[in-house]
Amino acid sequence: METYAEPSCASVDLQGDSSLQVEISDAVSERDKVKFTVQTKSCLPHFAQTEFSVVRQHEEFIWLHDAYVENEEYAGLIIPPAPPRPDFEASREKLQKLGEGDSSVTREEFAKMKQELEAEYLAIFKKTVAMHEVFLQRLAAHPTLRRDHNFFVFLEYGQDLSVRGKNRKELLGGFLRNIVKSADEALITGMSGLKEVDDFFEHERTFLLEYHTRIRDACLRADRVMRAHKCLADDYIPISAALSSLGTQEVNQLRTSFLKLAELFERLRKLEGRVASDEDLKLSDMLRYYMRDSQAAKDLLYRRLRALADYENANKALDKARTRNREVRPAESHQQLCCQRFERLSDSAKQELMDFKSRRVSSFRKNLIELAELELKHAKASTLILRNTLVALKGEP
Amino acid sequence: MAAEREPPPLGDGKPTDFEDLEDGEDLFTSTVSTLESSPSSPEPASLPAEDISANSNGPKPTEVVLDDDREDLFAEATEEVSLDSPEREPILSSEPSPAVTPVTPTTLIAPRIESKSMSAPVIFDRSREEIEEEANGDIFDIEIGVSDPEKVGDGMNAYMAYRVTTKTSLSMFSKSEFSVKRRFSDFLGLHSKLASKYLHVGYIVPPAPEKSIVGMTKVKVGKEDSSSTEFVEKRRAALERYLQRTVKHPTLLQDPDLRQFLESSELPRAVNTQALSGAGILRMVNKAADAVNKMTIKMNESDAWFEEKQQQFENLDQQLRELHVSVEALVCHRKELSANTAAFAKSAAMLGNSEDHTALSRALSQLAEVEEKIDQLHQEQAFADFYMFSELLSDYIRLIAAVKGVFDHRMKCWQKWEDAQITLLKKREAEAKMMVANKPDKIQQAKNEIREWEAKVQQGERDFEQISKTIRKEVGRFEKERVKDFKTVIIKYLESLVQTQQQLIKYWEAFLPEAKAIA
Repeated sequence: METYAEPSCASVDLQGDSSLQVEISDAVSERDKVKFTVQTKSCLPHFAQTEFSVVRQHEEFIWLHDAYVENEEYAGLIIPPAPPRPDFEASREKLQKLGEGDSSVTREEFAKMKQELEAEYLAIFKKTVAMHEVFLQRLAAHPTLRRDHNFFVFLEYGQDLSVRGKNRKELLGGFLRNIVKSADEALITGMSGLKEVDDFFEHERTFLLEYHTRIRDACLRADRVMRAHKCLADDYIPISAALSSLGTQEVNQLRTSFLKLAELFERLRKLEGRVASDEDLKLSDMLRYYMRDSQAAKDLLYRRLRALADYENANKALDKARTRNREVRPAESHQQLCCQRFERLSDSAKQELMDFKSRRVSSFRKNLIELAELELKHAKASTLILRNTLVALKGEP
Repeated sequence: MAAEREPPPLGDGKPTDFEDLEDGEDLFTSTVSTLESSPSSPEPASLPAEDISANSNGPKPTEVVLDDDREDLFAEATEEVSLDSPEREPILSSEPSPAVTPVTPTTLIAPRIESKSMSAPVIFDRSREEIEEEANGDIFDIEIGVSDPEKVGDGMNAYMAYRVTTKTSLSMFSKSEFSVKRRFSDFLGLHSKLASKYLHVGYIVPPAPEKSIVGMTKVKVGKEDSSSTEFVEKRRAALERYLQRTVKHPTLLQDPDLRQFLESSELPRAVNTQALSGAGILRMVNKAADAVNKMTIKMNESDAWFEEKQQQFENLDQQLRELHVSVEALVCHRKELSANTAAFAKSAAMLGNSEDHTALSRALSQLAEVEEKIDQLHQEQAFADFYMFSELLSDYIRLIAAVKGVFDHRMKCWQKWEDAQITLLKKREAEAKMMVANKPDKIQQAKNEIREWEAKVQQGERDFEQISKTIRKEVGRFEKERVKDFKTVIIKYLESLVQTQQQLIKYWEAFLPEAKAIA
């Protein structure tokens, strides 16, 4: 099929580090799964070749993501959010409904609607490829994450990774883990002894909690706007068709008027469609990505908080051991470990959160500028064709 | 001279800041030209946003007086003009008379929270050619406005009264400007009278707007939400278009019932127009009977023109209906888009508040503002979609039904003639029989009857020829009007679309530097 060199939601400012370049060079959609061809170019000594590719499915990406999340070494880092599962359901359903068809629809209308749906299908396909690609590229760009053994395996191992989708028990387990996590977090912050000593983190926590909720809201609503726009564009199809048949039937001056109008609506339809898809890419997708990324940042904060709680507990245990004068040594070393872990996490978290902010700001900037520019472009194009039609209509006797 | 008729280019008028005006202030918005003696250019009513500004190309808006009770539904400024305006020139010259611009209804300045209800743009402009076209000595110069809907009475007996304002220089009217209060059933009564007089002889009588039990009940019950305001506005605009179409018809304009409707302060109540009245049910039964009859009449069409035209109108009807359905969907979806955009604007504002990077936060707030303005834009466009495009189509669907009715009457007329011929034949046969049987008194009777029926046959033939002639003329006039109507409205509608796009450009151009300023 097609090659996708450019991620559509280029939300990541990846330093051009050429020592490890990853991209999804090809993708094939088969009935209910998508097969991605992951191509790697690297001069790192670890790899057997300098250029190689493997075929991966969505589940394998998830496996990789989970492997990172569960790895204690990366507790202090923001793990790039996993790509969403490819979902062609809605699109496929629509295509099927079109096929079953409505006999009142003319041949041209049918062709146009089919065209629209196929374009939609293709757009969804491109997006899912881009999201999988961005996930890998962020990993490849991160100085620590790129060195992960599982990552190398993912990129290089020629065979199937034998990663099956999570079964019910695992899914349930994951679900419960999330609940426990949020309950735990609430509990931690309620603990009397646990005071956030660092203003930076206190601010970040408040900020992220609110930000994440609001960006999720904004994303959902942006989706609705985009869908309404698409609906509007689709409405132009039957209007154009009806005007066309009106025009061909007329014998008077209205003939040309109707035919010109039919043409106009056809072109407006394409423009409205582009507005919708641009809003989708530049606004909805960006919001969606940062919704996930901010969740990943929240997860990091949680891990740090957990480490702080452990540290506090270790302190308490040490005090107790000292008063009783029993097992002081193990308590001391445990406390030291906790302290070191907490400080390590705090340091790296600070850096990660600042990176997150600068990533977010530059991505929003880029996408908002592009959005405005595209909206302007389409509005100007619409104005032009409208004006041309007006001139033609007014010019007639 | 022709240049003065040129509508001012769109985009000249500055859109008013709606937030500045409030309910209760004088709405300084009518673009009615006062009685200036110089010919003024007719204003194409563009979207109300344009009308509100002091349009530099057109006549200056005048001071307006508000109706007293406008507290519940609608506020519009109508100009109350003194009837002895001295500046008025007599219209017998061939110069284009001071074209009186129709009272352009103004927008309701409502707080942003509610859906902004606006009044329909005025559709009927007149060109100079039209004015000079009329055959009679008077130059066709009459403008009708329907405005100021106000609720009279309470509960289920309540009704809406509309002000019907006529401005004319025609000599048949006693004054040059006058207004009366009418209720919806009055309009229906007028149509019923005109239809009964003119339809069966082949005139295409414009149909009155449709009744709506649901819509009216909501209004009666006092539900003052945006949907009942919209209903009233929709009806007001429809009534205005109805009257304007009716007065454009040269024959109907001469009708005394029409004159009485426009002029008399009191009008006998038309009681037979209620949907569920005895007369209403009788009408329905008659319509059904007509439909059956139509199927059984097999006419020998000698004139291919009629067959062709009937087919043409049949096709046109079907296609307009299809188009109408699609346009209604468009209106609905544009309203949805507007609502979704408003919701997104709110969440973008919230997001901007949360954002702790100052420049990005500001940009997001700006984005929220842009989206809010765009939501308004979509609402206005939906409005234009409806009042210009959708209502035009539904008006014509009903008009074509009237045209079809006229063709049916011709068929009935033919049937009557045919029946008379058959009866005459029978009478002649009867006479022949009498001759043979030699019954002198019966023969005389037969001869009388033959004479009677010969006259009926002649009358039948005359009627049929007359109705055919009238229909030809009417259809010609109708088609001409239709072309003009559609062209005018299509152009207006496209201009509204251009307007929307231009506003979009403005908003996004203002936003772009904000986005670039994110550092």
